[in-house]
Amino acid sequence: MSIADAPAPLTPEIRAKYETVIGIECHVELKTASKMFCGCPNVFGGEPNTHVCPVCLALPGSLPVPNKKAIEHMIRAGLAFNCAIPSFSKFDRKNYFYPDMPKDYQISQYDMPLTQGGVVRYWLDDGTIRECRLTRIHLEEDTGKSTHAGSGDGRIAGSTYSLVDFNRAGVPLMECVSDPDIRSADEAVGFLDALKRTFVQLGVSDVKMEEGSLRCDANVSVRLHGAPEYGTKTEIKNMNSFRSVHRAIESEIERQIVAIESGARIVQETRGWDEAAGTTHSMRSKEQAHDYRYFPDPDLVPMEIAPAMVDAIRATLPELPIARYERYVNAHQFAVAQATQLIENVSLADYFDRAVAIAKNPAGVLNYLLGDLSRLANENGVNVADSKVTPEALAELLTLIDAKTINSRIAKDVLDRLWKDGGSPKAVVEKEGLAQVSDPSAVAGFVDEVLAANEKSVADFKAGKENALKFLVGQVMKVSRGKANPGLVESVLRERMQ
Amino acid sequence: MTGALRSSARDIARAVNARDVSAAEMAEAMIPHVAQADSALGAYLTLTPELMREHAAHVDARIAAGEKLPLAGVPVAIKDNMCLRTTRTTCGSKILEKWIAPYTGTAVARLLAAGGLPIGKTNMDEFAMGSSCENSALGVTRNPYDLDRVPGGSSGGSAAAVGGFEATISLGSDTGGSIREPAAFCNVVGFKPTYGRVSRYGLIAFASSLDQIGPFARTVEDAALAYDAIGGHDPMDATSLDRPLESTADGLRTDLRGLRIGIVKEFATDGLGAQIDACYKAAYADLEKLGAELVEVELPTAKYGLATYYLIAPAECSSNLARFDGVRYGLRVDAADVGEMYEQTRAQGFGPEVKRRILIGTYALSSGYYDAYYVKAQKARTAIADDFNRAFAKCDVIASPAASSPAFGFNAKSDPVAMYLMDYYTIPVSLAGLPSLSVPCGAVVPEGGTRPMPMGLQLASPLFTERLLLGTAHAYEQATQHAVKLSPVAGAAK
Repeated sequence: MSIADAPAPLTPEIRAKYETVIGIECHVELKTASKMFCGCPNVFGGEPNTHVCPVCLALPGSLPVPNKKAIEHMIRAGLAFNCAIPSFSKFDRKNYFYPDMPKDYQISQYDMPLTQGGVVRYWLDDGTIRECRLTRIHLEEDTGKSTHAGSGDGRIAGSTYSLVDFNRAGVPLMECVSDPDIRSADEAVGFLDALKRTFVQLGVSDVKMEEGSLRCDANVSVRLHGAPEYGTKTEIKNMNSFRSVHRAIESEIERQIVAIESGARIVQETRGWDEAAGTTHSMRSKEQAHDYRYFPDPDLVPMEIAPAMVDAIRATLPELPIARYERYVNAHQFAVAQATQLIENVSLADYFDRAVAIAKNPAGVLNYLLGDLSRLANENGVNVADSKVTPEALAELLTLIDAKTINSRIAKDVLDRLWKDGGSPKAVVEKEGLAQVSDPSAVAGFVDEVLAANEKSVADFKAGKENALKFLVGQVMKVSRGKANPGLVESVLRERMQ
Repeated sequence: MTGALRSSARDIARAVNARDVSAAEMAEAMIPHVAQADSALGAYLTLTPELMREHAAHVDARIAAGEKLPLAGVPVAIKDNMCLRTTRTTCGSKILEKWIAPYTGTAVARLLAAGGLPIGKTNMDEFAMGSSCENSALGVTRNPYDLDRVPGGSSGGSAAAVGGFEATISLGSDTGGSIREPAAFCNVVGFKPTYGRVSRYGLIAFASSLDQIGPFARTVEDAALAYDAIGGHDPMDATSLDRPLESTADGLRTDLRGLRIGIVKEFATDGLGAQIDACYKAAYADLEKLGAELVEVELPTAKYGLATYYLIAPAECSSNLARFDGVRYGLRVDAADVGEMYEQTRAQGFGPEVKRRILIGTYALSSGYYDAYYVKAQKARTAIADDFNRAFAKCDVIASPAASSPAFGFNAKSDPVAMYLMDYYTIPVSLAGLPSLSVPCGAVVPEGGTRPMPMGLQLASPLFTERLLLGTAHAYEQATQHAVKLSPVAGAAK
């Protein structure tokens, strides 16, 4: 390729002419005891083909029976995003041949999914709130996994045989499809974060991307700002982390703009993300798309969703991450990063809310939670929520600090004790006599003892050296074993040395 | 003991429960008898003598422990599309010729738990697609009343086994007539319960929304006994009905007083030939003699039954049979890549009728054709069911022919549509999901034939009225005794 043929470099000015339009489709494995249509355990991994039975192996004559818990999870997820829950839903068969799909059709939902519409509200790192509409969430079953052997690199090209593990086949899977409301790679990741946090909070999924319990595809197109029609989209697959979603979308946006700027047309196709190369490559075009021959699964009767069931599930919905975020940022004035850090860990956020309800000192609770308690938790490899320090104990500790019964130096020791032995901070303080000494005559006693032993410092102070006072305060704290009220110590020292 | 082989299931169970004869003695009498007799008939694809002995010992032990079993020691045959653990289950197809089922289906398990002794697995049209058993890829089954004629299908082996005294009871499956038509051909009672009454778990699917397991027997009472044993809700089948099952075998009625029996205007028999017409006219007259009032009913949409069925059943089968791909079980024809392996495996594994229906069904479900074919067929299905509902406002039970003719000769129906027409009377009933049966109603000498061949009367009744249906058939059977007037031919079992 000569220099003249090389595409023009993508300058920020050119890039700014274009608007990106993204829609996300993601598959999330539901957390249930058993698989979607049989009694096999729904667990990750295991020796190949050990979590299987006639049903999930699609042996001749076997029949599916739906998992009620999975259906409840779907309704719970739908309600969290204000989706409409129809009173009637059904399962359909999606027909295509694939070696890791035992029936050679997938039980899925075509025209009557369990949830329709809805909105995902989420925040970005700079604190802006965004919304993305959902098209639908539907319920289906996962496939097995193929391993290609003999080619050396695990790829199908050049392999001499393939092995299939059906442990994952039949695991309940929800597919969330968004409207094309997302405008950047950052927003795409923000949206996915919101889905992940919400599903974890609801208990409907573990959402472990590294175990494949969340997998997503992105439909990406670009157009000039103000253009009336969407550009031609491509579907990006094979992204296995939120980071690769971000990179893949960025790469695809650039590829499309460069192509359009050089006069080429975007082809509607499926493209695979290559993590190592950092680019997408063509997998198949629209013309090669399957005709899935969807039809209602005659092995499964249509579902009637009783309004009472929906109401019962609605009544058990917890506070959702976005509501929590807005509460932390608006009511407690937390920074975006702090609020996010807390919300990322549901048990920590629950712990926080319980402690704040008693201590009425959100900043103080947050400080201990993300500071000393998180440090202890990390050092000991224990979750704060599972430690011996209960939210009630932390609240009591903060109350003791706020009432100046103990100072922060003593609080640290008390916290160490609570971490080891549990119990009430008040009891520890009383038993160990750790209460702050604020009685002026008692403080004066410590002060006099220190003044008598440090004549040189007294002289320095009197000569105008303010640093000498700091040294003397330190000495008094030492003599009082940290219990003296530091403010009082300083004022008594000044008084005595006048 | 050979007398016991001709006994009813009711009598065998009574004798075994009373310990007049043991299940082991029944098994030891049956095993050599079937091994010898079946060489002429070809009812069985697989005989299971060890399993039969095992079950006999188990039944004897349970009876010794004081249990009473409704089918104690009754020799039973099972259509080869029902899974029976450790036993070859072929569906009459090369694609499953060597497949050993690792589990037992619900209906089979219940039949054996009731005391049945499994003789073996019976021949059938491949994947239950056919009306003569000629579509089996694994063997020829002959009609016990004329060895040059077919036993009917698709449950031809199960019908021939009972008709030829090689089993006392057998299980078949009926999708569009696959129990009722061979029952008519083989001079036995064949009963298809309401869709959802008998679990399909372990029945290899042809058309899921139509498939239903049911019994063959030489008497209505025996069919009722078997139905009582296999019916009822099964949590392994989501389409199985969760409603109480009333016992049918005890106290079956012996007259038809107060019953209105509907004769379908559109099913007039005068076009079927004088002999056949006379046979059915006599049957209807006999129903009237037993006290029933005959009323004419109309099923104006029944004529769309065949077209409707041949869209819905192939559509479902095109999807149900996708799993036979060579990956996990059954025949695999190795090839250069997986796509070619699928093609070669299915090309060599399936016979022409199965391929024809997979093609029809795939087409009917294709994008652009789905609404015109599959959706329209579902609407027609609803219209047909509505017609039956309207008819049942005027009558309690509907009577009609079970098949368009008596058993025909081998290779007589080379045109697929001529074969499909055999099920003209049974298909609309299947589409409506109704309980239905065929009971022997006489014999006619077919054109070109030398011997009188059995005929079947189809009775159908509203959903869940199995007791009414079996009672009606029992009264008719007891009054007419048609079945015992015919005997299997020399060469078939005596």
